[in-house]
Amino acid sequence: MPTQATADSVEQVIFDGLAELGAEGEVSRVATFEDLDVDSLDLVELAQIVEDEFDVELQGEDVKDLQTVGDVIDLVVARAQ
Amino acid sequence: MAEGCVLVTGGARGIGAATAEALSGAGWPVAINFRSDAESAERVAAAIGQTGGRAAPIQADVCDPDAIDELFRSVEERFGPVLVLVNNAGVRADGLAPQLGDEEWARVIETNLSAAFRATRRALGPMLRARFGRVVNIASIVGPRANAGQANYAASKAGLIGLTKTVAVEVARRGVTVNAVAPGYVETRLTDGVGNGLLKAIPARRAGTPEEVASCVRFLASEEASYVTGTTLTVDGGLSA
Repeated sequence: MPTQATADSVEQVIFDGLAELGAEGEVSRVATFEDLDVDSLDLVELAQIVEDEFDVELQGEDVKDLQTVGDVIDLVVARAQ
Repeated sequence: MAEGCVLVTGGARGIGAATAEALSGAGWPVAINFRSDAESAERVAAAIGQTGGRAAPIQADVCDPDAIDELFRSVEERFGPVLVLVNNAGVRADGLAPQLGDEEWARVIETNLSAAFRATRRALGPMLRARFGRVVNIASIVGPRANAGQANYAASKAGLIGLTKTVAVEVARRGVTVNAVAPGYVETRLTDGVGNGLLKAIPARRAGTPEEVASCVRFLASEEASYVTGTTLTVDGGLSA
């Protein structure tokens, strides 16, 4: 049963996911993936975490332009609508 | 053993069927994908069942991009995530280059290469999450080596080897390995009619068996092969040495 994708629930899952992936430094909406030392393979895995939790699929096209954690959160919430 | 299963594309006959049995022997539940030969697929599943293993035949035409998603969904519902993917489905449609039609070209590339890519793409997410995965691509010695009349087949298999290496390095740090097995002359329906006169050129002086190829897949899928990735294991009785 997928979780309801609200701004809060998505933020929680993504923050937890990033911690699990070993993000370095402070995880916040404004942090960039570069700041957090999160690379493209980590983002692939984050997309899978999002899909498992919210049943929202993020394709290559979507992920390409994401810069900050906030970008991902907003995208997932938008896609879930 | 991690919670998950094996998916063998084109698992109803030949190398695919032998691979399904070998991996079941290693303890995995096995999803046996087939396109149209339901009877053979069911027979393989039944044989596995007889030995106490779990297996199910699952129909899908791997050339259809939408069918791949559906295939994985069915397998996941039944057996959990696919942690070992054997891209074995393969066809040939021979002809000399000046006379090889677009349809023959496309069909072989789609089945042998594009389908393998799409299945791999779909399989990787869950493998990365599990921190364990095995992708084994059944290539061929044809590709790296020439074989007149098989420009399409050679291109598809050489392409499959290239795909193997690049995907391997993308995911290696997550415990997912991607390798190819390159059989030489193995007697299956795919090589029906080929091989007269070929035996003299094979140092081992005989064709290989599907079981001999399956053993290689079994090794690559095992825990023991966890440091083997991006490589091609040739099984050809010395033919391409």
